[in-house]
Amino acid sequence: MASAIITAPVSRSEGLIQELGYDDHFHDHHHGDKYQSNFVSHYIFSMDHKMIAKQFLITGMMWAIIGGLMSLVFRMQLGFPEESLAWLQPVLGKWIAINGDGIGSLVPDFYYALVTMHGTILVFFVLTAGLSGTFSNLLIPLMIGARDMASPLLNMLSYWFFFISGMVMFSSLFLSTGPFAGGWVAYPPLSALPQAMDGSGAGMTLWTISLVLFVVSVLLGGINYITTVLNLRTKGMSMWRLPLPIWAFFVTAIIGLLSFPVLTSAFFLMMLDRGVGTSFYLSDIYIGGAALDHVGGSPILYQHLFWFLGHPEVYIIILPAMGIVSEVLSVNARKPIFGYKAMVFSILAIAFLSFIVWAHHMFMSGVNPFISNFFVIFTLIIAVPSAVKVFNWIATLYGGNIRFNPASLFAIGFVSMFISGGLTGIWLGNSTLDIQLHDTYFVVAHFHIVMGVAAFFGMYAGVYHWFPKMYGRFMNETLGKFHFWGTIIGAYAVFWPMHYIGMAGVPRRYYKFDAFATFGHFDGLNKFITIAAIITFGFQLLFVINFFYSIWKGRKLTTQNPYNANTLEWTTPVDVGHGNWPGKLPSVQRWAYDYGKDGREFISQVEPVGEDESPVH
Amino acid sequence: MRKVTIDGSLVTNKENLRTEALKRQNKIHPKKLALWVGLVSLVMMFTALTSAFIVRRAAGNWLEFSIPSIFFVNTLVIVASSLTLHGAYVAFKREAALAYKALLGLTFILGIAFVVLQLVGWEELAASGVPLKINPSGDFIYAISGLHALHVIGGIAILLVALIMAFILPMKVTPARQLRLELTMTYWHFVDVLWIYLIVFLSLQR
Repeated sequence: MASAIITAPVSRSEGLIQELGYDDHFHDHHHGDKYQSNFVSHYIFSMDHKMIAKQFLITGMMWAIIGGLMSLVFRMQLGFPEESLAWLQPVLGKWIAINGDGIGSLVPDFYYALVTMHGTILVFFVLTAGLSGTFSNLLIPLMIGARDMASPLLNMLSYWFFFISGMVMFSSLFLSTGPFAGGWVAYPPLSALPQAMDGSGAGMTLWTISLVLFVVSVLLGGINYITTVLNLRTKGMSMWRLPLPIWAFFVTAIIGLLSFPVLTSAFFLMMLDRGVGTSFYLSDIYIGGAALDHVGGSPILYQHLFWFLGHPEVYIIILPAMGIVSEVLSVNARKPIFGYKAMVFSILAIAFLSFIVWAHHMFMSGVNPFISNFFVIFTLIIAVPSAVKVFNWIATLYGGNIRFNPASLFAIGFVSMFISGGLTGIWLGNSTLDIQLHDTYFVVAHFHIVMGVAAFFGMYAGVYHWFPKMYGRFMNETLGKFHFWGTIIGAYAVFWPMHYIGMAGVPRRYYKFDAFATFGHFDGLNKFITIAAIITFGFQLLFVINFFYSIWKGRKLTTQNPYNANTLEWTTPVDVGHGNWPGKLPSVQRWAYDYGKDGREFISQVEPVGEDESPVH
Repeated sequence: MRKVTIDGSLVTNKENLRTEALKRQNKIHPKKLALWVGLVSLVMMFTALTSAFIVRRAAGNWLEFSIPSIFFVNTLVIVASSLTLHGAYVAFKREAALAYKALLGLTFILGIAFVVLQLVGWEELAASGVPLKINPSGDFIYAISGLHALHVIGGIAILLVALIMAFILPMKVTPARQLRLELTMTYWHFVDVLWIYLIVFLSLQR
């Protein structure tokens, strides 16, 4: 059995692992076949964390394309209400209404449905599952020196719950009454009253089922990530030697574990309201002059429960991107990350604060203005750890010998986006400014830049950087650079003008503005935004083409450590199989960021500290 | 391949080897840790509901009534089931087959009795003038105790598996079987403690 392992080391790190590594008798047990034997167990019901990561990534990409296309459809309606959308009829069917002049336009109800679906899909399916699902799975075992996740079975189930959740949501698009259309936050009464609007019936039922399945997926994944990080770190990998992405994924999983169950509770009460007829969220409502049975419910109660998840959720989205960016910036600046411990404590501080700021989403919902004061203060305090992180990223770049490849460009772009979006967060955190800004395009601009575009940038940085680890090939660098410049210019072109529209008070989620003379002069800007959105989406297709082309035809990875990086995933073989390391597990001797120390460009984590090595960096 | 455990017995299976190795390193088994982490999420779920209860109560239009007395009796039932399960675990470790099977069976029956008595409690509540849909205060009782009962039913399903295993497999203490029993016990104690929290919470809120 052991004969397979003993081969001459091909690299310095492999030699060090053979010499100093930890022998966990991996090859004493025969379990290769369980993972690799046939098509179904290898590609479909895979229990290998690397394959599950790819499944999350590609499913997330599919959802990103669907959700992105939805936004283009409603943007076209919003930017060009006079132009005919009749050419979309073959796809959208009865959701395109053609008037007497032959002008086809989107049915208003379906406009709301598209907005709702766009939000739900992007927030949950793409930026939660597609981002943290992909990279937590790929990187946690590889970076901490583990064979796989603590429970490969739960890991597989986590993906398949996500998949089924997506299928349920997808099927709701084909209902004759349409998918849910009350906004991704699903406030009652639109969500709790099946007869409230078309999408509130079967559409809302499927939406709820889908999201409950999604919560199960997140919890199964999160339990695994937490257990793996706490329990399966290899010898020498203390918590303070963890690379920053792992800290970010770990804290993200904790946030998800504490906040997603609260959403389930909110949905549980909602289902009782819808199915049984209780009145948790529904107060006295009159429809057509007749009072409904519901008495004494509180829609604000739902908002509290929802945003107790909803606010931590934005950090579930952004923290993994922050972790990825920290790693990519450090590797490509050839410098240690500036302020490693400050970075970790910032992540922890953000995680803690994320739980006590939820009511800043409800300043204008009728919560007590005195209570709002507390939420304003805590919200503004989040700027402190966020600013620490931004400072550290810039300080990491400062004086670095930066390699400008697509991964590092997107990481730098992330910092830019995070600053731009973060600054408007300070505005919106003030309950007084919210009187003017709430529910306007200013809010849309803020959260799209700070958590939408920024998280996408983190995701792109991660995909470009770790693509060789996933597929053994590189993505095309020139196309990647085109993708970056198109995306950063395009994203600013889409969202920057929205700030001005929002400051003028133009409300979000409106089908059209022809009833408001004062908003008429924004027509040109709205057209510009729509065109910019279409072009930016086109640049994302460049990425998709590059991605799939490179899987089969990209430049091959020939060396173990193409970036001269320190972390453990680059000590695995080029063609990494199940169990990640063929022989012993690496034993960790130092932290992950010894770049440019003592005149050496990089020092791998498996290399012991030399006697003559300087004690500090 | 064969290895010897700490107490000298032979183990052969891979899962057993892993459990033994972790014991030597004095580390918690990943499956136990995973269960504890999962229980944290369940705690959050019920915390959300009891918090919603407090928030909603403060908003007024709230019917005050006392919770059904059978809920208190039932508390004794579920506490008793935890004790019998613990007894079964002790018997398992001593390889006392009869006591192990009997106590496990008793736990299973007590678990079912708990769910049935909860239903009786609901009927008592409805008969006392607080049926469903009268006021959110009553609906919260149904919702919270109902969701708890669902988790107990999940526990009963796990107990059923344990019970079938106890009758099918020959009486032998292996690390893997002990681990499974410990996981079952942790979960069952959890739904027990959760109910005690809920009954104390609901009593204090009156």
